[in-house]
Amino acid sequence: MALDNQTRKSLYETMTRIRAFEERVRKEFAGGKLPGFVHLYAGQEAVAAGVCASLRPTDYIISNHRGHGHCIAKGVDTKGMMAELFGRATGTCKGKGGSMHIADVDKGMLGANGIVGAGFPLACGAGFTAKVKGTDQVSVCFFGDGSTNQGTFHESVNLAAIWKLPVIFVCENNGYAEATPVGYAVGVPDLATRAVAYGIPGVIVDGMNVIAVHEAAGKAVARARAGEGPTLMECKTYRYYGHFEGDGQSYKTKEEVQRYRDRDPLRVFRGQAEKAGWISSAELDAIDAKAAAEIQEAVAYAESSPQPRLEDTFTDVYVSY
Amino acid sequence: MATPNVSMAKAINDAICQEMRRDPTVILLGEDVAGGAGLTHLKGEDAWGGPLGVTKGIGAEFGPGRVWDTPISESAFVGTAIGAAATGLRPIVELMFVDFLGVCFDQIYNQGAKMRYMFGGRARVPLVIRTMIGGGLGAAAQHSGCLYSLFTHFPGLKTVVPSTPYDAKGLLISSIRDDDLVIFFEHKAMYGMTGAVPDEPYTVPLGKAEVKRQGSDATAVGIAKTAHTCLEAAELLEKEGISLEVIDLRSLSPMDEETILTSVAKTQRFVAVDEANPRCGMAADLAALVATKAFDRLVAPIRMVTAPHTPVPFSPVLEQFYLPSAEKVVEAVRSIVKK
Repeated sequence: MALDNQTRKSLYETMTRIRAFEERVRKEFAGGKLPGFVHLYAGQEAVAAGVCASLRPTDYIISNHRGHGHCIAKGVDTKGMMAELFGRATGTCKGKGGSMHIADVDKGMLGANGIVGAGFPLACGAGFTAKVKGTDQVSVCFFGDGSTNQGTFHESVNLAAIWKLPVIFVCENNGYAEATPVGYAVGVPDLATRAVAYGIPGVIVDGMNVIAVHEAAGKAVARARAGEGPTLMECKTYRYYGHFEGDGQSYKTKEEVQRYRDRDPLRVFRGQAEKAGWISSAELDAIDAKAAAEIQEAVAYAESSPQPRLEDTFTDVYVSY
Repeated sequence: MATPNVSMAKAINDAICQEMRRDPTVILLGEDVAGGAGLTHLKGEDAWGGPLGVTKGIGAEFGPGRVWDTPISESAFVGTAIGAAATGLRPIVELMFVDFLGVCFDQIYNQGAKMRYMFGGRARVPLVIRTMIGGGLGAAAQHSGCLYSLFTHFPGLKTVVPSTPYDAKGLLISSIRDDDLVIFFEHKAMYGMTGAVPDEPYTVPLGKAEVKRQGSDATAVGIAKTAHTCLEAAELLEKEGISLEVIDLRSLSPMDEETILTSVAKTQRFVAVDEANPRCGMAADLAALVATKAFDRLVAPIRMVTAPHTPVPFSPVLEQFYLPSAEKVVEAVRSIVKK
């Protein structure tokens, strides 16, 4: 089904906002302003944008350590996100979670996660709630190729399959689990084929193409909403930067990086949009400028935000104790 | 109305049923909590009702929409329960034996326990994990542990260990109604223990220990079965003219420090009794509490009566030797009370 131009515009807008956010985080991290670790999403924007455009605000997503893009695509406010990365009291998680645990439950974003593979059962849980309560909400689990070797992947896909949970398992195969190539760590050429073992559909998607991701996600989400159970999507994509910022990335070759840069999801989409007349160059430029301004504002907000108070250490452990 | 001679297992079953009737978001899940899932010849009856029959009949009453048999897949279903709790249900999930913790610990301590904190207080995980503890049944090293101290270590978890049918029902109802993640430990050698249990729902507050017996010469704190071990020891010691105060801890986290310290201030002697291994365990934790907060009230060294630093042996002879006994508690108390 052909997309309307408004949806196309919004897909580009989401990708652009994620890219702008990540490039800025990279810069701020290099400048020593961000504590801890950051894992950047640049290069993979088409996946978060394409999948989340198929979701409703009431649907849930679960992310992983590379979670900024998923947050933005699900509607989490970038000012709060940036403040969280800066460790400030105004952050999405009051500065207690940071990049690896950023979450906004009210937006259906159930958290980035510092443990590889830990999101699968939690995503099943959100789907389980929807099923038990009889709502038509769905739950999306975003994960990397590396986590498909964790037991939680196999346990959770099986559980979702036998209970027909409304869960969409979205694998972002970016070629590397940390510094280990997927071809070394996985015994099958396509991770999507692992779906066969659990009796659910597995689809391979060009993860650099936001339209393709959006289309595949639309089918998987519709299937989940209809009570027909989970789908495994393997989005073949690439991360432009290291596993974490500071990673020397000697495992990548220049040629490989260039090959993917040539297929940059934002640039390819932009070219397509201009050529087909979906969105004018002026409109695309305006989206770029608006995203840049938004991220500039987010950094200003974060930098001017107060540090958490020491007594905040003790709150939010329990509801009551 | 209270019914006399209700077993601990029945008291737990009652608590679950009554809470499930009260609140449609209370969901039961675990391995064979009903049993025989999907088999039509059972006509809706459960095949097992839990491995030891504790949840018998619940599946038949509430049906498969409220009672979910899971595959043997603890990470998946415990994590599912955590995710479900964070999104609007109040699940009760059964981790059959606490020794199975090793196959799903990440979901409990890294996910469920930390979610609220990591999210800046914007999530709650109203979940109860029921799990069996304890030796005495010849179940050997991988089905007999008392691993509650591991959970008690973690901020974000509450840990509860009942020692009577009355407390089991009241504490479980409190746990189900609590908005935090509660691990509820059931000593499997105590399921058959009977006592008077009110028919109506009631709560026993979390975080409150109970003085089971007043005494003046020493204070003994026990957990689950060892609360009874302490009471037996108190009977034996009374014949020697030694008066032992016995406290049942009931909640390990939060812990009722006040009741313990008040008692120690009175008796000036302290014995911690625990069926678990001694290192970094509850007995050591209790000893540290008394040493750091009541040292100036003590007139004798603190004693610990625990299992030894070994796995639980299979042989009934060895297992009996392994478990704390009233005699061992008597000996420990005698060593610090000179009469």
